[in-house]
This record gives sequence, C-alpha cells and structure tokens, in this order.
Amino acid sequence: MEKAIKKYFPIFVLPTLLAFTIGFIVPFVYGIFLSFCKFTTVTDWKWTGIKNYTRIFFVNGKLDTTFIHSLWYTALFTIVSMLVINVISFAIAMLLTKGIRGTNIFRTVFFMPNLIGGIVLSYIWLMIFNSVLADFSKTIISTQWYAFWGLIIVVCWQQIGYMMIIYIAGIQNIPGELIEAAMIDGASAKQRLRYVIIPMLMPTISTCTFLTLTNGFKLFDQNLALTGGNPAKMSQLLALNIYDTMYGTTGWQGVGQAKAVIFFILVAVIALIQNKLTTSKEVQG
Amino acid sequence: MAKQSEQVNSARRAKHGGILTAVFAVLSIAWIAPILIVFLNSFKRKAYIFKYPFSISTKSIFDGFDTWKAGIEKAMCGILNYKNALKKTDFFNCFGVSLFITVGSVLAIIICCSMCAWYITRVHNMLTKGIYVLCLFSMIVPFQMVMFTLSKFANILHLATPWGIIIVYLGFGAGLAVFMFSGFIKSISLEIEEASMIDGCSPLQTFFQVVFPILKPTTVTIAILEAMWVWNDYLLPSLVLNVNKYRTIPIAVQYLKQSHGQLDWGAMMAVLVMAIVPIIIFYMACQKYIIEGVIAGAVKG
Repeated sequence: MEKAIKKYFPIFVLPTLLAFTIGFIVPFVYGIFLSFCKFTTVTDWKWTGIKNYTRIFFVNGKLDTTFIHSLWYTALFTIVSMLVINVISFAIAMLLTKGIRGTNIFRTVFFMPNLIGGIVLSYIWLMIFNSVLADFSKTIISTQWYAFWGLIIVVCWQQIGYMMIIYIAGIQNIPGELIEAAMIDGASAKQRLRYVIIPMLMPTISTCTFLTLTNGFKLFDQNLALTGGNPAKMSQLLALNIYDTMYGTTGWQGVGQAKAVIFFILVAVIALIQNKLTTSKEVQG
Repeated sequence: MAKQSEQVNSARRAKHGGILTAVFAVLSIAWIAPILIVFLNSFKRKAYIFKYPFSISTKSIFDGFDTWKAGIEKAMCGILNYKNALKKTDFFNCFGVSLFITVGSVLAIIICCSMCAWYITRVHNMLTKGIYVLCLFSMIVPFQMVMFTLSKFANILHLATPWGIIIVYLGFGAGLAVFMFSGFIKSISLEIEEASMIDGCSPLQTFFQVVFPILKPTTVTIAILEAMWVWNDYLLPSLVLNVNKYRTIPIAVQYLKQSHGQLDWGAMMAVLVMAIVPIIIFYMACQKYIIEGVIAGAVKG
C-alpha cells in the first residue's frame, strides 16, 4: 500500500509543503540570518555580525534598560496571570461540578469572552477602566502598575472560562469510586482535594499551566490595544517591545529581529522544560 | 452503601445548591456586564460615555421621574453612533473580508493538512519524518520571530490580498493541524484502508471516501481552533494585507483609534457591538462543538 500512495506525493503533500515553506521555513531561516545584518527590507542587507545583539543592551556605549525592563515586566506578568487564572478557574470548575442547578448556563457564560478577540476585548475594558479611573483623575496608563493590573484583569476575563472548561473535563474524568472510597474512609473535603483530586488532576493542571504561561509570555494584542506600551514604553511586554523596535524607528529592524530570536529561544526553553516535567510526571502516575 | 452516599450527596446538594446557584447567577451577570455596558453605551452620546458610563440617564431616578426621563433623552442618541461607525470603518466590507479569510483559511487548512498528515503517517521515509518534525517545531515558534520576513516575502509574492493570505495562514497554521491529524491517523487501523485499496480504490478515493469521514471529530476540533485564531488575529493580517484596501474586523477596530485623531468613543462602542454580536450568535449556534473542540484541542496540544 505504501508504494501505491508514494506516487501521490505532489497531490497530498506538495500544497501544504509549499505553503509551509513560504509561511514558515523560509521566513524563519531568513529571520535568523537577518538578525546578524543591518537591513531595511529583505533584499538590501549588510552583514554586521553580533552588533544587533549588543545594540539591544548598549546604545552608544551606554546601557539601555528598555529590553531588560520589558523582560522582567513580562516575566512578572506571566507568573501573576498564570497563578490568578489557574486558581480562579480551578475553583469555579470545582463548584460547577457539584451538579448545582444552572451549571450549563454558567459554563456558557464564563466561556463566552474567550471567543472575543484580544483587540475588541481590550477596547471594551479600556472604556470601563478609564471611566472608572476618571473619577480619581487617573487613566489606565497613569503608571505602569495601573497598566499591569489592567492587563491582568483583561486576560483573566478572557482565559478563565477557557481554563475552567479544561478543568471541568479533567474533574469529570476522575472515577467517582475513588472519591467515594475516600469519603467512606473518612477523608474530609480538604483531604479529598489534597490527596485525591489534585493528584488525579496533575496532567490537566500542567496543560493549563503551560497554556497560561505561553499565552502570557506571547501576549500582544491586548497590550497594543489597552496601553500601547504607555507610559513611556514602561508597560511594553516583550512581543510589543519587539514590534515597536522593528516598526517604530528606522534603522532598528536588525535589533528588532535580534530581539525576536532571543524571544523565540525563551519560548522554546519554556516549552522544553514543560515537556520534560509533563513526561516525568506521567511516568510516575 | 452506594445508596447511602447518594443520600448524603443529595442532602448536601439541597443544603448548598440553592445558595451556590444564586451566587453563580450574580457572578454570571457580573461576568457579562462589560458587554452589556458596551451595548448600553453604543446608544449614548459620546460626551456622556465617560461621564455616566453605567447609567442610561444623566440624572438620578431620585430626582423625580420627569427629570430622569429628560436625562435619558439628553444622554441617548439612538443609532447615530452606528451611522458614524459604518461611515468611518466600512464595517460590512471588513466583515466580508474577515469571513472570507476565515472560511477560506480553515477550509484550506482542513483539506491540505489532513491529506498531508495521512501521507506522512502512511509513507515512511526521511522526508516525511522531516516534515513531521518541522511541523512540531513550528508550533513553538512565536509569530514575532517570522513577522518581518514573512510580511516582506508575502509582498514580493503578491500575497497581500484575501486570496493570498489564505496561503500564508495555511503555511503558518499547518504545524498544529498536521500534528493533530497525524496523532489521530496513527490510531486508525490500517486494514480498512488496505481493504479499500484492494477493492480498487486509488489513494485519493481511499482518502476522501474512507479516511476523511473517520477523521471528523478531529476535523471539527481543528476547524474550531483555527477559526478562533484566524477570525481574531490582528498582527498577521495587519502586516501581510494591503490595509488600505482590505481590513479585517480587528484591523478596523485598531485603525479607528489610530487614524482619526481624537478617538470617537461613540463610534468605537458601536463597532465593538457589531464585532461582538456575530461571535455571540455563532457561539450560541455551535456551543456544543466549540466546547468539545476546546477540550480535545487542549488534551492533544
């Protein structure tokens, strides 16, 4: 059978492979190459070695902290959003699996914001934040911390429903006998949660942790629409910082591309660590 | 024993169920309140949106009914914001572009990637293995890594149109789709396909008449995940498309802010409502598939 299929390569694989080459392989390889060049478009480039990478941190021999600032701002944002989203969505999922009346409606409502895209979502909240803060003569971009918590609220509203759905599916997969057995053995609600439910949910928890981590790290639309990186680039997350470097000032495209390579390496490292942790947990389970 | 615990369960449900339902009812309303507020404000004069964001009148109802009613007339402006919004964004056109790109990309991804996945799972050589690994790899690459080069290449290849961007989406979305289809195809037993080949079906017939129908659950999952991504995507189309000619809804919303000096919040509210309503209708219609798709996608991804 394999032989018969083999001849059909041009029909089965070629369209995808061509698009994949245009949409991913060539831009990726060329992107790495360009991070070592000075360029304004893809055709006029001049090899400059690692100069782009040093220019991320040093401008005219002086330390430039913009990128470092956005690095730790992003890290902090990612960790806080991950914790808040997972804790709340897990709590809601636990309550919505008790079989109370109206469960389906509540599930539907909580999930809904997830379908609304980041740009639209952010303008909804920009209006609400600014009209509330106007009473205190502030705006969402008064300080970087207003922007920070604003962004946290927006991503929570967007992602809690999504994670809740995944947690609910995970909780419903736990065999009822297990919990019943624990109850008969006299385990309290707290003990059942600690020793039965959470260990059984480990795969789900790691999925949700990973999703919220990468979502937080790669966040762009909400950042662009809600704060635009203001005040004075202080609320720029990494993705927006790269975009701003690349398209904000001419002559800096190379530096932007170099930042993108660093960004890619960071994302890849998170993904690899996550992958390692999940596989080792699954072996134990 | 089972009966006893059932009784315990139902007793507990009766004890807390009512309170929990009430709490969640309040929470649910709070949860969709932002959407309701936008809906309310889309009919309000723009000068009053930030002054009285949460009420329908400029006066309190305690000032007397007639004053309150006059306040409503002062605050509300009917569909004026919608007229402005349609003029400023050419919304229906944007809606058409968004719909075309989303449907086109999802169809292309489903058909091309399922075929590709079947081929690379059934034929074993270095090339197919290489394609699989590359697809896996592409899933962890953030868009910022390729955005500059991709948008320039798309320009050179004349892909800056709604037709062209479908190819870009097929290329950039192929990783996830091929990965998920392959995972499912590996679990299908070979005998069915072999039987149909022995009966004289060509590989194409075998794929579309035998394999593709079996793939349906995965197809639905991928269609939903990719549709959610493409419909809401801002950065890729804003860089690839010729935005003076073609705008998707997210681009229209973002450009409303950028290109008209002082942002017209009345028009913005109207655009937001027009952007949200189709999504809610779609959600209500396909809720079951969307939620199942999300669960399946999370488990496999």
